[in-house]
Amino acid sequence: MINSEIQPDIENSRVEINNTAVRPPGFFKKVFGTYNLGDFIFERLTLLFAVLVFLLVILMGYEMYVGSKISIDKFGWSFLTNSVWDPVQEIYGALPIIYGTIVSSFLALVISVPLSIGIAIFLSEVSPGWLEKPLSFLVELLAGIPSVVYGLWGIFVLVPWIRTDVEPFLSEHLGFLPFFRGAPYGFGMLAAVLILAIMILPIVSSISRDILRSVPQSQREAALALGATRWQSTKIVLKDAKSGILGATMLGLGRAVGETMAVTMVIGNRAVISPSLFDPSYTMASVIANEFTEATSEMYLSALIQLALVLFVLTIIINAMAKLLVWSMERKLGTR
Amino acid sequence: MDTKISVKNLDAFYGKNKVLKNISIDIPRNKVVAIIGPSGCGKSTFLRCLNRMHEVVGGTITGSILVDGEDLTKTDPVLIRKRLGMVFQKPNPFPTMSIFNNVAAGLRFNGVRNKKVLAPIVEKSLKQAALWDEVKDNLEDSGVNISGGQQQRLCIARTLAVDPEVILMDEPASALDPISTSKIEELIFELKKNYTIVIVTHNMQQAARVSDFTAFFYMGELIEYDKTTKIFTNPANKKTEEYVTGRFG
Amino acid sequence: MNPSKFFHVKRKITSAVMMSLSLVATLIAVIPLILIFYYTISKGITYLNIDFFVAMPKPVGESGGGMANAIVGTLMLIGIGGAIGIPVGVMSGTYLSEFGNNKFGATVRFLTDVLSGVPSIVVGVVAYTLVVVPMKHFSAFAGGIALGILMIPTITRTTEEMIKLVPHSIREAGLALGIPKWKTTILIVLKTAWKGIATGILLGLSRAAGETAPLLFTALGNRFWSTNVMQPMASLTVYIYDYAKSPFEDWNNQAWTAALVLIIMISMLSLLFRIITRSKFKTK
Repeated sequence: MINSEIQPDIENSRVEINNTAVRPPGFFKKVFGTYNLGDFIFERLTLLFAVLVFLLVILMGYEMYVGSKISIDKFGWSFLTNSVWDPVQEIYGALPIIYGTIVSSFLALVISVPLSIGIAIFLSEVSPGWLEKPLSFLVELLAGIPSVVYGLWGIFVLVPWIRTDVEPFLSEHLGFLPFFRGAPYGFGMLAAVLILAIMILPIVSSISRDILRSVPQSQREAALALGATRWQSTKIVLKDAKSGILGATMLGLGRAVGETMAVTMVIGNRAVISPSLFDPSYTMASVIANEFTEATSEMYLSALIQLALVLFVLTIIINAMAKLLVWSMERKLGTR
Repeated sequence: MDTKISVKNLDAFYGKNKVLKNISIDIPRNKVVAIIGPSGCGKSTFLRCLNRMHEVVGGTITGSILVDGEDLTKTDPVLIRKRLGMVFQKPNPFPTMSIFNNVAAGLRFNGVRNKKVLAPIVEKSLKQAALWDEVKDNLEDSGVNISGGQQQRLCIARTLAVDPEVILMDEPASALDPISTSKIEELIFELKKNYTIVIVTHNMQQAARVSDFTAFFYMGELIEYDKTTKIFTNPANKKTEEYVTGRFG
Repeated sequence: MNPSKFFHVKRKITSAVMMSLSLVATLIAVIPLILIFYYTISKGITYLNIDFFVAMPKPVGESGGGMANAIVGTLMLIGIGGAIGIPVGVMSGTYLSEFGNNKFGATVRFLTDVLSGVPSIVVGVVAYTLVVVPMKHFSAFAGGIALGILMIPTITRTTEEMIKLVPHSIREAGLALGIPKWKTTILIVLKTAWKGIATGILLGLSRAAGETAPLLFTALGNRFWSTNVMQPMASLTVYIYDYAKSPFEDWNNQAWTAALVLIIMISMLSLLFRIITRSKFKTK
C-alpha cells in the first residue's frame, strides 16, 4: 500500500478542484447533496441582513440626493459659495453655515486635542494602575451624557458664565484683536466652541490612549535604558503614535462637525460670517435641527436636505481619512 | 479483513496548496489505527477529511471516502459527523454548559429534549469515558471547572453520547499529564470493543501501545501502512525506519 | 555645577513639568463632568416628585405637571429602534464573523464604519424622506427607524468582535458532534458570546435613549398621551430641548428634572443588563 505517485503541478490541481464533487456544486446539489439545508438557509439569511446594511448606506445617499434635487438643479455649486441664506426670498447659499461648521469644529479641536493628548499620556504613561480605571471610567461617563443635556447645561450655566465673566474679560484684555469684539451675548461661536471641545474630549482622548498603549513596551524600555527621562521616552512613543493620534483627531473632527443639539442650543443660530467669536453663528447640523419643521416650501426643504447631503459626504470623507490614518499606524507598528 | 472505512485516491488542499497526495487506505472495523509522522506531514488533515471537518477551515478534497460502502463526500456533512465522532488535541468543553449539558449537547441540539431520555445516555457515556465516578455528584457544574484530563474525558463522553460508529482522535493526550494520558489510553483499549478508532499521535510509544495498525505519513503521502508490530520492528520503508527509530521528526 | 550635571537636572525638571501637565489636562477634563453632574442632580432633584412620573404636562402658564407621556414615549421609541437595530445588527455581525472573510464582508465592514460616523441629524433627515413623506405625517415609527439605524453600526461591530473572540475549537466541537453549523453558531457560539453582544446592544440602546436630533422631525413630540406608533410621540430628550429653550422658568426647571430622569434611565438600563448577563456559573 505504498504510495509514491509524483505530485501533479499546482496549476493542474486547481483544475481538479473545480471538478470535485465537494465544491462548488450546483444549487440542487448544494441543498440536497453535500450541503446541509439548514446551514444553506442560515448563511443566506445572515447574508441578507449584511446586504441590508450595505443597501441602507447606499439608500441614505440616494434618498438625500433625490430629496435635494430641485435645490441642486437651481443652485448648483453656488449653494456652497453663496453667502446669503434667506428663506423668505428663497435664496439658499450655505457659505456662512459651512464657515460656522468648520470654524467651530476647528477651534474645538484646537482646545480639545492638546488636552486629550495630555489625558492619554497621563493614562498610559504616568498614572499608577489603581488610578487609571476610575479615570478612564470618568472620561467614558463624559461620553455617555446625552447631547441635549450638554445643551441644557450650556444654556443655563456655560452661556451666563461666558456672558458675565469670559467675554468682558477677553474684550478688556484682548479687545484689540478682531476675534474678541462686540457685545457679550453669551450665545455665539465661543459658547459653541467650548461645548464642542468638552464633547469631543472623551472620544479623542480614549482613542489616543488606546493608540499610545499599542506602542510596544519595548520602545519605552529601550529609551529608559539609554538614560532617557520619562518625558523623553514619552516623546518617542508620541512620535510612533503620530498618525494614530492624527486619526483620533479626525474622528473628533467628524464628531464635532455632526454634533447637533448642544451646538444649536448655544450658538445663536444666525447665518452670518463674522470674525468675532462673540457673535452668533450657525452650523449645518444646527440649521437642519432648527429649521426643518418650519420649512414650508418645497425649495426650502430641498435646500435643507441638500445641507444634510453635504454634511453626510463631509463626515464620510473625514471618517475615511481617520480610518486610513489609524490603519497606517497599526501597519507601521505591526500590531495588526 | 472487515473494512470499515475505505479511502481511495484522496487529495486534500488548502487553497492551492496540496497537503495530502493520493492517499488510499483501508481501516478495519473495531480496531485501532494510529497515524504517525513528523509535524506538517498531513496526519491531522487526513483525520479531518474523514469527518469533513477539513472543509470547515476552507479546505477542499478530491477522491472518495467510503464508510460501509457509502461515499462520504457525497452526503450531508452533518450526518457524517454524527457517525464519525471526533476528539480534539486540546479539550474543548462548551464553556457555557454544565457537565450534564456538555454530554447531552449533541443529542439535545438534534432534537432530543426529554431529560428522562437524556439522563441514562449521559450516565452511560460518562461511565464509558471513565469519568462518571468523579463527576456524578456535580453534574450541574460548569464543564470548564474540572481538570484538563477530566475535560478531555468529558469530551470523549460527549462524543460517545451521539453513538458514533467511528471515533477520530487528534492527539487526544498531547495536552495532558502522564496520569491522564494513561487513563485515556486505557479508555481507548476499552472502546475498541465497540468502536473503530483512528488516532493521530506524535508519540510513537503511544502508537505502539494502543494501536493494532499504524500508518506512517510523510510530506502529505502515505509511506507505509501495516500491523503496528511490523511497523515498529521491521518496517519495509527506509524513511519509516528512520522515523520510528527517532532519527528525524 | 558642571555642564553635564546642569543638563541632567534640566532634563529631569522638564520631564517632571511635562508629566505634571498631563495630570493637569486630566483634571481639567474632569471639571466639566463634575459641573454637569452637579447641576443636573441639584437642579433636577428640586422638581423631582411622583407627579413627574405619573402626570401629564400642564398647559403653558400652569405650573406643576409631569412627563409620564415622555417617559413612556422614550421607552417605546428605543423599543421600536431596538426591534429594528438588534436583529439587523446581530445578524449582519454574525455574517461578518462567520462568512464575511471576503470582499463583500470588507465592504460591509467599511460601510458600518461609515454609518457610525454619520451624524444623527442626517439619519433623521433620511428617516423623514423615507417614512414621514410617504406617510404624510410624523410618527413614532419614523423616529424608531431613525434610532434603529443609529444602533446598527455599534451592534454589528460588537457582535462581530465578540463572536470572533469565541475560540475556534468550540465551533469545531459542535460541528464534530454532528450539530449543523447554524445550530452551532446560534446555540453554542452566540450563547458563549452573548454577554459581550448584550453590552453592545446596551450601548446602542442607551445612546439611542439620549438622541434628540433624529427625533425632531420624525417622532416630533406630543403634549398628550399617545402610545400609537403611527402618531407623533413624546420623548424626554425633545422635551428637554423644548423646555430648555422656553421662556418659562417652570419649564426650564422641568427640563433639568427630565435630564436627571433621562440619565437615571440610561444608568438603570446598564444596571439591568449587568444583572441579566451575570454568569450562571459562579467561578471563573
